[in-house]
Amino acid sequence: MSDGPSADARPTARRVSLNGWGRTAPSFADVVRPTNRDQVASALGQRTSRGVIARGLGRSYGDPAQNAGGTVLDMTGLDRILAVDLERGLVTCEAGVSLDRLIELFVPLGFFVPVTPGTRQVTVGGAIGADVHGKNHHADGSFCNHVLSIDMLMADGTERTITPDGDPELFWATAGGMGLTGLILSATIRMTPIETSLASVDTDRTKNLDEAMALMAETDEKYTYTVAWLDCLAKGANLGRCVLTCGEFAALDDLPAKKRRDPLRFRTGSLLTVPDLVPGRLPNKLTMGLFNELWYRKAPKHKVGQLQSITGFFHPLDLVQEWNRVYGRTGFLQYQFVVPFGREDGLVKAVETISAHGAPSSLTVLKRFGPGNAGFLSFPKPGWTLTLDFPTNTPGLARLLKQLDEIVLTNEGRFYLAKDSRMDPADLARMYPRLERFREVRAKVDPDGIFVSDQARRLGL
Amino acid sequence: MKDALGAPQSLLVLGGTSEIALTTARAMVAERVRRVVLAGRPSAALDAAAEQLRGLGATVEVVGFDAAETDDHEKTIDEVFAAGDIDVVLLAFGVLGDQDADEKSPAAAARVAQVNYVGGVSAGLAAANALSRQGHGALAVISSVAGERARKSNFIYGSTKAGLDAFAQGLGDKLHGTGVHVMVVRPGFVRTKMTEGLPDVPLATTPEVVAEAIVKGLRRKSSVVWVPGQFRFVMSALRHVPRPIFRKLNI
Ligand SMILES: Cc1cc2nc3c(=O)[nH]c(=O)nc-3n(C[C@H](O)[C@H](O)[C@H](O)COP(=O)(O)OP(=O)(O)OC[C@H]3O[C@@H](n4cnc5c(N)ncnc54)[C@H](O)[C@@H]3O)c2cc1C
Ligand SMILES: NC(=O)c1ccc[n+]([C@@H]2O[C@H](COP(=O)([O-])OP(=O)(O)OC[C@H]3O[C@@H](n4cnc5c(N)ncnc54)[C@H](OP(=O)(O)O)[C@@H]3O)[C@@H](O)[C@H]2O)c1
Repeated sequence: MSDGPSADARPTARRVSLNGWGRTAPSFADVVRPTNRDQVASALGQRTSRGVIARGLGRSYGDPAQNAGGTVLDMTGLDRILAVDLERGLVTCEAGVSLDRLIELFVPLGFFVPVTPGTRQVTVGGAIGADVHGKNHHADGSFCNHVLSIDMLMADGTERTITPDGDPELFWATAGGMGLTGLILSATIRMTPIETSLASVDTDRTKNLDEAMALMAETDEKYTYTVAWLDCLAKGANLGRCVLTCGEFAALDDLPAKKRRDPLRFRTGSLLTVPDLVPGRLPNKLTMGLFNELWYRKAPKHKVGQLQSITGFFHPLDLVQEWNRVYGRTGFLQYQFVVPFGREDGLVKAVETISAHGAPSSLTVLKRFGPGNAGFLSFPKPGWTLTLDFPTNTPGLARLLKQLDEIVLTNEGRFYLAKDSRMDPADLARMYPRLERFREVRAKVDPDGIFVSDQARRLGL
Repeated sequence: MKDALGAPQSLLVLGGTSEIALTTARAMVAERVRRVVLAGRPSAALDAAAEQLRGLGATVEVVGFDAAETDDHEKTIDEVFAAGDIDVVLLAFGVLGDQDADEKSPAAAARVAQVNYVGGVSAGLAAANALSRQGHGALAVISSVAGERARKSNFIYGSTKAGLDAFAQGLGDKLHGTGVHVMVVRPGFVRTKMTEGLPDVPLATTPEVVAEAIVKGLRRKSSVVWVPGQFRFVMSALRHVPRPIFRKLNI
């Protein structure tokens, strides 16, 4: 394959400070940005004893795409689409291609990505590494359910093509494996056919959490995409009030005549940057309280069939670039957990605890997961998942999170590694019963532990 | 690795029986620290300290370390880092000496300097180099308010701490922007075995207060921490007292 090192075979390493999206716990590493497979291999060959980790667009909140004192491979330079099969809806692309790019290219052709997180600024490598989920988890599962094969560069320098059938152990260790099994070079993904680029959305406002949970349990079967935004500052009878949105890609017939002429039209929407939006203002309990109130009031009590753009429905946050900066220098963290069905009490208790503490979580999202997949460290399992954002300088945050940890643990819940930045390593094995199998595979394919990240060191993965 | 809230997970103490250091270690173990390495001169006290921390749930290793034997420092410290990352190094060893006796015995005075300053330079550099290679972590150096301005009653010890303090500040500036954080800790009078039998002085404090300040300073990435905090102002006033007057002060 390789025909000897070319002039640019060795991109230079730069020692820089890296952090995750939450902008906490930065560390320094030698960053290399390869633009082809040979360069990836040569960078791997030049590693030091501090090892190597791949990095996509750095949208994980904590430290999984950092490697203090070692090498970090910025994979965004591997950005080519390698093959397209429109008949079967398959795309093979390099690991650094973003979902944003796939959406831009494929929506006009009548295909959407099978799963998208709340931002489309993530790479295919990162989507596999974290086995990301979206609003359609209950219907379609997580990202790796739609990955047919992965090309990886292994610790020993060999390239391997892995498929769920051909090499289930390695495939399911890599799905959600946080980059610790090898370097993903490319992958083949099954895309989802769509007739239009618009979502038909139904919105409901619920008075409290109980009402929301009842409604969500009822509506999940009817919609492919569902999610609820939750006001975690509301108290008493309003505790956990939600705005529930459910949708489907609109069929051609759902569109008004005018839009039917160009049903797959896709525009990214104009981008604002944070400084324009919130000059130097940090979210606090008061502003978040007002914001939550407005958001809740603005939502219609009950509305059906509203047409929304892909960005409006799936990625509203992407309209504001670098919104993570509103939290200032000390950064913020995200806390996402899932508790199984039947443990609704645990969910209610968690919401009560947060509300009582008055911690201002701006983006609180509630969602029901469907069945999980075979990924050893894949996060989703059937149940309720709640996602919260907290500025790290929230008074009493460490104590509040400890209380929440306890609730999650006693209710057989677990945390999402792509969001984690502070979990207690001691809790890991209880949350991920297949952790040992993950470790066995890793020991086999990477006996010297070449692939390592700050998160792997912190949690003893 | 430190987590998003700045809590470290591993600690190396140089001067493993220091009361200030052990109080700090206990406070850190109560949070996220799980691996503690106590480096010190072998003694029953050192083993007992390790046992106590184990009782709190930490994994503790004991390694032999003599601050005066500078030739061994690099090897000893490198071995600790080779066994696993260290998030915080606490440089805590030190001797007070006996000012009156040491004035009459230059060799004894030099031994105070050999431990506090020379040992500090060597162990401090060995730790800093290991932290730099690792790409993250903090070095907290216990200096003293005594180093801020040498007093006639305590200038041998004071001068060793002045040297150590200047060394640590320079080191911190050198490592700025590398991911390694150096913090100078300047306690006043702390009631520990070092000061046992000495008369209490104003602003006297406890190892618990110093430990809390160290933990907080590390979280905030402070470069200098005074304990208690008032010393920042007291010393800045004392620093500007003219020599003829300072000389006459009975402090
Ligand atoms: C606003 C926002 C909303 C989000 N919403 C959701 C959501 O709804 N659902 C969800 O699941 N997640 C969500 N996330 C998290 C995000 O989807 C994941 O963290 C994702 O992994 C980020 O992809 P990335 O390309 O930025 O990867 P990075 O953050 O750079 O890396 C993530 C992990 O993947 C590994 N990795 C990356 N590339 C490769 C490669 N080529 N080979 C091997 N390993 C690799 C890294 O080593 C690391 O462990 C959200 C994040 C943000 C910022
Ligand atoms: N107490 C105060 O008022 C005060 C005020 C300001 C600063 N300080 C500084 O704080 C630090 C800790 O003091 P402390 O109050 O905790 O007193 P401490 O309990 O007496 O601790 C001093 C430590 O230094 C160690 N030590 C001395 N000589 C050594 C050597 N040659 N090699 C290795 N270790 C050696 C001692 O170990 P052994 O058990 O082997 O002797 C002991 O662990 C010291 O640097 C001190 O100067 C103290």
